[in-house]
Amino acid sequence: MEALEVLRERLCARFSGIEVALIPNASPSGQSSLLLSGSGLREVAYFLRDDPALRLDQCSNVTGVDWPEREVVDTVKETQPGAPGEAPTIVERKIKRTEPGCLEVVYHLYSIALRQGPLVLRLRTGNRTDAVTVPSFTPVWRSCEFQEREVFDLFGVVFEGHPDLRRILMWDAFKDHPMRKDYVEPDDYEWEPTPHGDVLAKARKHYPVPMAPGATDDPATAGKISE
Amino acid sequence: MLGKGLLQGLAVTAKNLVGSFHDPARYTTQEYPEVKPTLPEAYRNFPFLVSESAEDPMGTLRCVACQICEKECPPQCIFIVMERDEKGKAMKRPKVFDIDTSVCMSCQICVEVCPFDAIKMDQVFEIATTDRFNALLLNREQLAKPNTYFQQIHPTEAAEVDARLAAERAAAEEKAKAAAAVKAAAIKAPPAPPPAKPSA
Amino acid sequence: MTNDLPVTGSQARVRKVKPSAFDLRGSSFPTSDGGGDLLEISLGPHHPSTHGVFRMDVVLDGETIVRLKPVFGYLHRNHEKLGEGTSYLGSMPYTDRLDYLNAMTNNWAYAIAVEKLAGVTVPERAEYVRVILAELTRLLNHSCLAGFLMQDCGCSGTPLMYAFREREKILDLFESLSGSRMMCNYQRFGGCRVDPTADWLEGARRLTDGYSAFLDEYEALLTGNEIIMARTQGVGRLPAALAVSAGVTGPMLRASGVAHDLRKVDGYGVYPRLNFRVPLGDHGDVYDRYMVRMLEMRESIGILQQALRDLPGGPILDPKAKQRGLRPKAGEAYGRIEGPKGEIGFYLISDGTGNPARYRVRAPSFVNLTILEDLCLGHTVADAVIILGSIDIVLGEVDR
Repeated sequence: MEALEVLRERLCARFSGIEVALIPNASPSGQSSLLLSGSGLREVAYFLRDDPALRLDQCSNVTGVDWPEREVVDTVKETQPGAPGEAPTIVERKIKRTEPGCLEVVYHLYSIALRQGPLVLRLRTGNRTDAVTVPSFTPVWRSCEFQEREVFDLFGVVFEGHPDLRRILMWDAFKDHPMRKDYVEPDDYEWEPTPHGDVLAKARKHYPVPMAPGATDDPATAGKISE
Repeated sequence: MLGKGLLQGLAVTAKNLVGSFHDPARYTTQEYPEVKPTLPEAYRNFPFLVSESAEDPMGTLRCVACQICEKECPPQCIFIVMERDEKGKAMKRPKVFDIDTSVCMSCQICVEVCPFDAIKMDQVFEIATTDRFNALLLNREQLAKPNTYFQQIHPTEAAEVDARLAAERAAAEEKAKAAAAVKAAAIKAPPAPPPAKPSA
Repeated sequence: MTNDLPVTGSQARVRKVKPSAFDLRGSSFPTSDGGGDLLEISLGPHHPSTHGVFRMDVVLDGETIVRLKPVFGYLHRNHEKLGEGTSYLGSMPYTDRLDYLNAMTNNWAYAIAVEKLAGVTVPERAEYVRVILAELTRLLNHSCLAGFLMQDCGCSGTPLMYAFREREKILDLFESLSGSRMMCNYQRFGGCRVDPTADWLEGARRLTDGYSAFLDEYEALLTGNEIIMARTQGVGRLPAALAVSAGVTGPMLRASGVAHDLRKVDGYGVYPRLNFRVPLGDHGDVYDRYMVRMLEMRESIGILQQALRDLPGGPILDPKAKQRGLRPKAGEAYGRIEGPKGEIGFYLISDGTGNPARYRVRAPSFVNLTILEDLCLGHTVADAVIILGSIDIVLGEVDR
């Protein structure tokens, strides 16, 4: 299969409204990916499927990834002119900034006809709250149908153009998105006298919990049965 | 002929039916619990703690409460509290070693990561109980079993572990003897003459 | 239908069996065209034929299915989030519980993904042992499937129990090697956990040599059976183009005539050194999927005999590979193998710590279910049960 840089050039030359970035992969697997953004991405997908040199006819895997926002510390070197007669000094400043989070959808594409692959595509949403729409590739590859539904269900990414976008693993009335990093489990579990102190702590918030024999309110032995 | 496949199939079932009366390969039912299953040596179900002697199980536990198995256990079913003396110094013995067998999935990772051969896999499976919570949490008294038991259920593994531990003990003794001999020789020999002072 | 995908010379075509004399496909079932009501029924989740807790919402027009929506998630354990909270070694026993019938191949797929991520090499003896165990798993999975599919057809357990009798011998082998029949937790990063002894290899050899006789008897019972042919031929035809587009992999894809077997395409492990054919189907119906699996079992026996003969000595685990406390460099890897049900892959994103930042399982049963509705439209409920059986799903994998 052609190199990712060559493919990137071809895509940028052919489609005007898109941006393609090459995300290198530092691990020994060497599977670097292309980050697609812009408009008209479904045409890019049709091209990848039908182009005679690529013929990526199988979308093997659709993955959702949650990148929460994180604090990044940038070190900036500034050159300050010194006093007359002295050399200029280099001063380092550390600037803290918050890199915004996003949700990402990763597609692994293979070609059964030409026995090549994988091509790893990435689509990113604007943020994790309101701009969570990406185009759906289900009209291009049928295998995306259930997998995109799963990404919608577990991450909350809305796929525009999906024929039947509803929850697949959780029940329809479920409210949250379980695979997000900031997902908080519902703590209506029944209390069991196991040594897991966090189960006891969660249950105590809801109802009075009978004390196990020999247990105290000491947080170090909370929930422990044997002494 | 129409129906040839059906007759062929009936011949197979007839062969199995008649064969089940005289051929053990055709009748493979073992009437448990009258006939106990023969378990292979590698069979594993729930861990146990190894103690060197049967007379003093709590005093001769190999476990030093390093808590590596607690950290590596995937469902986190092990709970360890180190025993400390009056001054708070660690005594390298577990005061509490609980395994929640309602959570344990017998994956054997605790055995793999233990550096002291202190926890090994047992083969008990007839341990059903009516007390759902307390009886399924095994404490260290229930978990401690002697090394002779380990040799009985896993003979080859126990032989290898015993040989390795004996070799380590022998190597440690050799090192201690050599260090003691060097120290004794240093005391007996006359003190070396002081180095000559450099002329000012 | 034609198959315009390249077919190499190393494939065996499915034997052409004469269509049965009881051809019911042409007869017309009573339908209520226009005048009658549609009936919506729910097959499952408590149902003996749905291979686990699986539900199909079926809308019937008389006897014919006009809409079918699969509903699952009853066994969803959020395995992927567990993987994010567990170390790389700690996730290995959880992979046993994905496709709980085929623990060895799940372990191998996960080990391959981590080995790609961390750059770990595997010694040759371990590669051969992995192939041996994967082919034994393929034998037991396809035996299971043949038995369950026939039970769905109505054979009420007899072929199932014959298949399970042989499967017990393979499970006994797994028990004496890894300590557990199904939850093996056997593969490690850089090899296997336990070195098989000469006794074990002798037992594997004896099992392999005796398996052909079992398959002959089993096929005498089932393959030429007129009732089975009448029920399964022409039912649930999957066209090759739809199969490729829907991401279908495994014997289901090959039964539609697409020559795609990861053991040949990716050539992982020592499969390039082994000589075997890939059976393909002509029609893509339930009968072809069953026949492809029976032929694959025979090919697996050949692979096993070669691997057991050529097994070299040497270490079973790379001594430099870290198991506990593995911290791969930040990056990602997608590793996949040809499991008995299809392409099972693991996609891992590492952030440099001991736990993965993202741990994704590409489950073949989940993706293969995409076309369940397409296959069942126009058939009856009884056919829908057989079609579901021929897809070969296991809910641990579908729901994770």
